[in-house]
Amino acid sequence: MSVLSVRDLEVTYRTQAGPIPAVRGVSLDIATGEVLGLAGESGCGKSSIVNAILRLVPPGTTVTGEVLLNGENVLTMKPGRLRAVRWTQASVVFQGAMHALNPVQRIGDQLAEAIVIHGQSRQREALVRAGELLDQVGLPPRRLRDYPHELSGGQKQRVMIAMALACSPSLIIADEPTTALDVMVQAQVLSLLNELQHELGLAMLFITHDLSVLVEISGRLAIMYAGKIVEQGPSVSVFEKPAHPYTEALAAAFPAIGDQRFRKAPSGLGGDPPQPDAVPTGCSFHPRCPYAFDACASTVPDLYASGEGRRSACLLVPKGELIAR
Amino acid sequence: MRPPEALGRYDVEAPPGVEPTPPPEVPRSPRAIAWTRRRMSAKRVWATYRKNRLGMIGLGALVFFIAVAVFAPLIASKDGLDPTCTCTGVPLQPPSLHFPFGTDNFGRSVFTLTVWGSRPSLIVGLFATLISVAIGAVIGIFAGYFGGKSEAVLMRLTDWFLVIPFLPLAIVLASILGPSLFVIIVVIGVTSWPSTARIVRAQSLTVKTRPYVERARALGAGHWHLTSRHILPNVGPLIFANTVLLIAIAILSETTLSFLGLGDPLTTSWGTTLSAAFGSGAASAGQWWWLLPPGLAIVFVVLAFTLCGFALDEILNPRLRER
Amino acid sequence: MRGYLIGKIAQAFLTLLFVLVFNFFLFRVMPGDPAAILLRGSAAFNPESLAAVREDLGLDQPLPEQFVTYLGDALTFNWGDSFFQSGQPVSEVISGTIWPTILLVGTATLASAAIGLLIGIYGGWKRGSRFDIGSLSFTLFVWAMPEFWFGILVLMAFSGGVGPFPAIFPSGGYETAASDLTGLSHVVDVLNHMVLPFFVLTVAYLGEYALIMRNSLLDVVGDDFIQTARAKGVREKQILWRHAVPNALLPTMTVVFLSIGFIFSGAITIEYVFSWPGLGWLTVQAIEHKDYPLLQALFLVFSVAVIVANLIADILYTYLDPRVRAA
Repeated sequence: MSVLSVRDLEVTYRTQAGPIPAVRGVSLDIATGEVLGLAGESGCGKSSIVNAILRLVPPGTTVTGEVLLNGENVLTMKPGRLRAVRWTQASVVFQGAMHALNPVQRIGDQLAEAIVIHGQSRQREALVRAGELLDQVGLPPRRLRDYPHELSGGQKQRVMIAMALACSPSLIIADEPTTALDVMVQAQVLSLLNELQHELGLAMLFITHDLSVLVEISGRLAIMYAGKIVEQGPSVSVFEKPAHPYTEALAAAFPAIGDQRFRKAPSGLGGDPPQPDAVPTGCSFHPRCPYAFDACASTVPDLYASGEGRRSACLLVPKGELIAR
Repeated sequence: MRPPEALGRYDVEAPPGVEPTPPPEVPRSPRAIAWTRRRMSAKRVWATYRKNRLGMIGLGALVFFIAVAVFAPLIASKDGLDPTCTCTGVPLQPPSLHFPFGTDNFGRSVFTLTVWGSRPSLIVGLFATLISVAIGAVIGIFAGYFGGKSEAVLMRLTDWFLVIPFLPLAIVLASILGPSLFVIIVVIGVTSWPSTARIVRAQSLTVKTRPYVERARALGAGHWHLTSRHILPNVGPLIFANTVLLIAIAILSETTLSFLGLGDPLTTSWGTTLSAAFGSGAASAGQWWWLLPPGLAIVFVVLAFTLCGFALDEILNPRLRER
Repeated sequence: MRGYLIGKIAQAFLTLLFVLVFNFFLFRVMPGDPAAILLRGSAAFNPESLAAVREDLGLDQPLPEQFVTYLGDALTFNWGDSFFQSGQPVSEVISGTIWPTILLVGTATLASAAIGLLIGIYGGWKRGSRFDIGSLSFTLFVWAMPEFWFGILVLMAFSGGVGPFPAIFPSGGYETAASDLTGLSHVVDVLNHMVLPFFVLTVAYLGEYALIMRNSLLDVVGDDFIQTARAKGVREKQILWRHAVPNALLPTMTVVFLSIGFIFSGAITIEYVFSWPGLGWLTVQAIEHKDYPLLQALFLVFSVAVIVANLIADILYTYLDPRVRAA
């Protein structure tokens, strides 16, 4: 049973410089209790997908395709239904928690707000429930009366997690929840998310640019580049044996200490990801790709099957030549 | 060996029989290079400015009013300002063919008064702002560049001028110094420098720590060289936009001070015309033709400067966020 | 936080001191005899008055002593005698005219701020809409307009009566002259006289409040927590009033108080136009009569009002912002 089913999602922003396509055709599925990781560098379109799923994009943005949340298409919902669905079926743990909390409202009130507006309780009971949520994420209930600036970065992130659980959604979208945190705190927050996911049987879409994190927490992962998915499959096998040159480069950029594969110095990849309004022809990765050949500049690769439950958008796959490590 | 400037294709010997094309005109001195660069960036600024519709409207209005002030003698005879002139008409008449804006209590043409009134207003606006910006720049550079105790003292002074309400201060100063255009220029100039000082100080602080300034200092550059050659040119664009807005405010201030009777009673400015009109009861008598033109002129001139100032601000000042 | 407040109060006193120093040196640094400057152009320009003024100013004493005497006088409301009010103490003259100004400026500030803030909120929330562009244009136009000219036009329209406008309001003053009204009818009479100046003062400054609030709101709307609220399913109206406005209001409140100084200045010309017998009208009278002691004292009073308003703004911000409160 698929909690989230995205089909051919395209997100195009409207700017003064013209329309900018941030997401150029993405499809993915997440089943109940499953964790899907989504990795890619800044600007590849990951956050746009997050915003598009709950229709949080700025006005004027064009969103086409299908986003089925528990069977209902979010993109065609009426505003009232959309507001009801938000947070109760899918919620978001936002990045950084730096300004994601209202600075002049107490934590408890912000947690309770989510519960109250969805008609699940009145304010008093909602505050009690808020205390339980804080407990679940390892924070003492007295923190309910605090303001956001009185918490550390890690604590604020925990509050965001608690808030995301408030209405018992079936899907949690974690948008770079560990990016702005210190490494030690990162590990704590990750293990918390892992615990909660297993305990509550939550489906999760985990977005990050750190591939090694995804291997720990997600069963399957998808790699994004220039607004499209270029590889997807079971996390461990994608990380250990990438079938796309970009995945290989990403994996090499995050060496694991002690892992024999990284005995040589980690290699960065030359160049930058393309601007969304200036995507190269053919395979969007070909200018930076060490394996590129003549067809790469003119043919747009599909997501070819590249192994057990794996797909890769690289022309080497149909040629039968998976990239070597 | 060819001189360093003429590099490039001219290292290669021209084939026989072909006249080598002369090298491009390359400026030799550092000063010439700097000025070429400034000319290019001025061209860039203008190209961007032209795209700003409101800015162009403001500029157009500005040019119009400056033209009116400069060519006033050609538009309306100066004799029209003299109450004893034979060219005056029946006093307090609404607009007619002969007097397009009607007449005042002396029978003078309000049109003439309005046209000639542009001169004092623009003059005061311009000169008061020049004084203000000069004082502000000097204070700002002293505070930002030299820092330490002088900065603390100067910033206290700046804050004081910012807190104290402008009009009461200007009234006290102007009434003691006596009624004249010069006094008004000085009073406005001496009280409106804080905004410039703040901008200049902030910019001096950043420029002071830049690598090329430190290098210059290591090479033995003195204070004068550093301020005039490095800090001032960097500060220039930033205060330019602010200066245009200051002119608008100066014009409004002059109008108010003149209206309150602190201006030169012998000068015809928009403020003194309004003061005379109100003083002779034009409001209760409903003599709208006497009251509207000077006021509207002020509004449009101020709007013109303001729109230009906003347009320049968008271009010249780094914006953190789009509004 | 207490240290912060004490610092602010100390600063306020320092500014006050600056004003007093300024007033003190104003006559003493001018070229010429201070007494002569003081009495210049007045009927009292004769040797006896000059000598009296010189003694009054203590010009024969050493400067530091003069300053101390001056400070003592200033702080005990001993501001000398008015010229044109035939020797009446300046402090009395001022206290007699302060109430109308408080009434007018107080009510106009409240109305202007309330309406201006609402316009700013709505314009900022619906940025780029016709309302937003319209209110911005209106604000710009009013800013470019001398407020006294607007006052004159309003006076002409609704008191003089021009064209289609009805002459329904009195042409100035605080109350109907030579009338003996008391109680409610007196109040109504005063209010009737206050309508036009109140209207002009309110309209003249609401644009600035609208602009400040709009900018503040635009700043807040870009912040992440607005997105969080939306994702939670909060209605747009609630996002505006429960999340955006409280955050945008904080910096706006300070600026509202800081701009009270400008309203006081504007009141000078408006009171003159409508003959509203307050401090502003008194100022213009003092200008006409070259009543320097009165002018200096009025400058002091206006400055104090602004300094106090700024202090209130600082204190208010300290209490309202939970981030500063904890510090």
